[in-house]
Amino acid sequence: MMIEYQNIFTRVQVHGPDDLGVPLKPGNWPREKGITTNWLLGIIGDAQLGPIYLGGIGIMSLLCGFIAIEIIGLNMLASVNWNPIQFVRQLFWLGLEPPPAKYGLGLAPLREGGWWQMAGFFLTASILLWWLRTYRRARALGMGTHIAWAFAAAIWLYLVLGFIRPLLLGNFSEAVPFGIFPHLDWTAAFSIRYGNLFYNPFHMLSIAFLYGSALLFAMHGATILAVSRLGGEREIEQIIDRGTASERAALFWRWTMGFNATMESIHRWAWWMAVLCPLVGGIGILLTGTVVDNWYLWAVKHHVAPMYPFDLTAPITDPATAQ
Amino acid sequence: MKNISATTLTASLLVTVIGILLVIPMMLQWERPPMDSTQLGFRGLGMEQITNPRLAEKVKAANPLPTPDDAVPNDGVLVKDDKENYKNVQVLGDLDTAQFVRLMNAISTWVAPQEGDNAGCAYCHNLENMASDELYTKVVARRMIQMTRAINTQHKSHVAQTGVTCYTCHRGQPVPANIWATNPGPKQAGGFAASRDGQNLAHQSVPAYASLPYDPFTTLLNTPAESIRVVATTALPGGTGAGVKATEKTYALMMHMSTGLGVNCTFCHNSRQFANWEQSRPQRVTAWHGIQMVRDVNATYIGSLTDVFPANRKGPEGDVYKANCATCHNGVNKPLYGFSMAKDYPELSVPNP
Repeated sequence: MMIEYQNIFTRVQVHGPDDLGVPLKPGNWPREKGITTNWLLGIIGDAQLGPIYLGGIGIMSLLCGFIAIEIIGLNMLASVNWNPIQFVRQLFWLGLEPPPAKYGLGLAPLREGGWWQMAGFFLTASILLWWLRTYRRARALGMGTHIAWAFAAAIWLYLVLGFIRPLLLGNFSEAVPFGIFPHLDWTAAFSIRYGNLFYNPFHMLSIAFLYGSALLFAMHGATILAVSRLGGEREIEQIIDRGTASERAALFWRWTMGFNATMESIHRWAWWMAVLCPLVGGIGILLTGTVVDNWYLWAVKHHVAPMYPFDLTAPITDPATAQ
Repeated sequence: MKNISATTLTASLLVTVIGILLVIPMMLQWERPPMDSTQLGFRGLGMEQITNPRLAEKVKAANPLPTPDDAVPNDGVLVKDDKENYKNVQVLGDLDTAQFVRLMNAISTWVAPQEGDNAGCAYCHNLENMASDELYTKVVARRMIQMTRAINTQHKSHVAQTGVTCYTCHRGQPVPANIWATNPGPKQAGGFAASRDGQNLAHQSVPAYASLPYDPFTTLLNTPAESIRVVATTALPGGTGAGVKATEKTYALMMHMSTGLGVNCTFCHNSRQFANWEQSRPQRVTAWHGIQMVRDVNATYIGSLTDVFPANRKGPEGDVYKANCATCHNGVNKPLYGFSMAKDYPELSVPNP
């Protein structure tokens, strides 16, 4: 049976009585009864579905999120003249644009970005309420609030892009539009406008943390899977009472890298690596246009960008200056 | 292991089928490798031109090279001196009559070679009275000859010695294939519904198939024009720069140029800093002059015909159809692969009288 654990998905699904979790303190809503099991979910995780805790904050969050999605979706539908077929066909292209620069930080007419402001307000409210929910549910279970703070790092980047940076620049036209391709086009244009974001050191750091997160995730996941037949997936027990799985995994990394994380510290590595990605990314965005206008020229000034031997036999100059 | 229920199986199969159906049309748009890569700049900088060798034949077929008419000896009589046979010749009066007839024949095959009552000479002329300006097409043709001469004499920095003829744009069609007019976009809900702001449209005409502005031409390729330059020119902020929305418009125009010429960004730019001239290729200077040229011809020549064209030859906003990069280039970085037709018709490369 042990050999079953050497797989990339869960092949053994053990079903016991419904797990309602630990007893809750007074002030929490009672547990929902709607618990079921699902075979497909069991392939990737625990087969038990529920209990879901909604609570007042959860309901408010879903409501705000629903309003935001409705505003965005109905305006997209209006942009194809209420044609549902075109809505589906063009969905990836459709968007909801922020107001033009002339409205500054004021309220824009609905037609010209007012809906964007409203959708942004409700989406932000929804996200912040959801953050509160992750914090309070963790507290209710007597857990640490690591998940809430990791989520807050992502919210920081979101707020910088859509609110804090536009606030500093004095107009909402600098913010990101809603929509699949519209926000991607915005991203490319943003980098071009501010002289290539790759020369932004905080963007560099953010990429390093992003790739680092993926690498660390793969290394850790692979390590635990590789020793799972020795009980390695019981990581918490292994922190307190190191067993042969932990010892073998540690020795593997010592053999190959000379150094290894502990069963506990690997999770701190992962948490910081992931949290720093949006954290420094948000700093990089915040500095763009407010403190630095052209990252390439900034990099040249500070000897970050090297010069290459271009064809100097035929130097090119700006033809507009020759006129 | 628990048995899979029929519902679960059906649901997962349905999801798989829908997924495949969504992905297949997307994949049909892709081009398969291998691609040809040509180095254009210093090694290791990604300064290269990527081309699909399997598409080269298609592009070639879409750009056939015409055979110039044989040269004819002069009659020794100028058009303006033969008042009996040539009346109302306002632009080409200095031509020898033999060259005049040769050019007129050439224009009819370049622009209106189709069979029928309104083709050939009759596309512009009343065959009963060749001098008459009653057909608007004749008035347009006269202005277009002036435009061709202006391009070949005043815009040599773009067209060089190769020059252009009517064929460079027309390709045997009365209306060139690649043209533009101010595009208000398809109908959308009115009232207080959000405007799409000239963007976010899934259509083949949109540069790069993206959500970019679908009409970068009205404000960037006409006169007066907004500035194409959006990238900050100093490291630190100083004054108000262009917004991201203006950048998207420039981006759209650049993608039009890329598609219209069948080249990558790096054909002209060093993509690490699009604005920097010192690191750009000389082709960028040629392209810059091309933009000036298109702005000039759209305003001075094509735009001046607004009252001449009938309503059915105008765009939805009532402006005439104008030129952009693709009008001449048609997917090739040198129109007609650099083949010079103008050298066989020197009368199109003299200044306007």
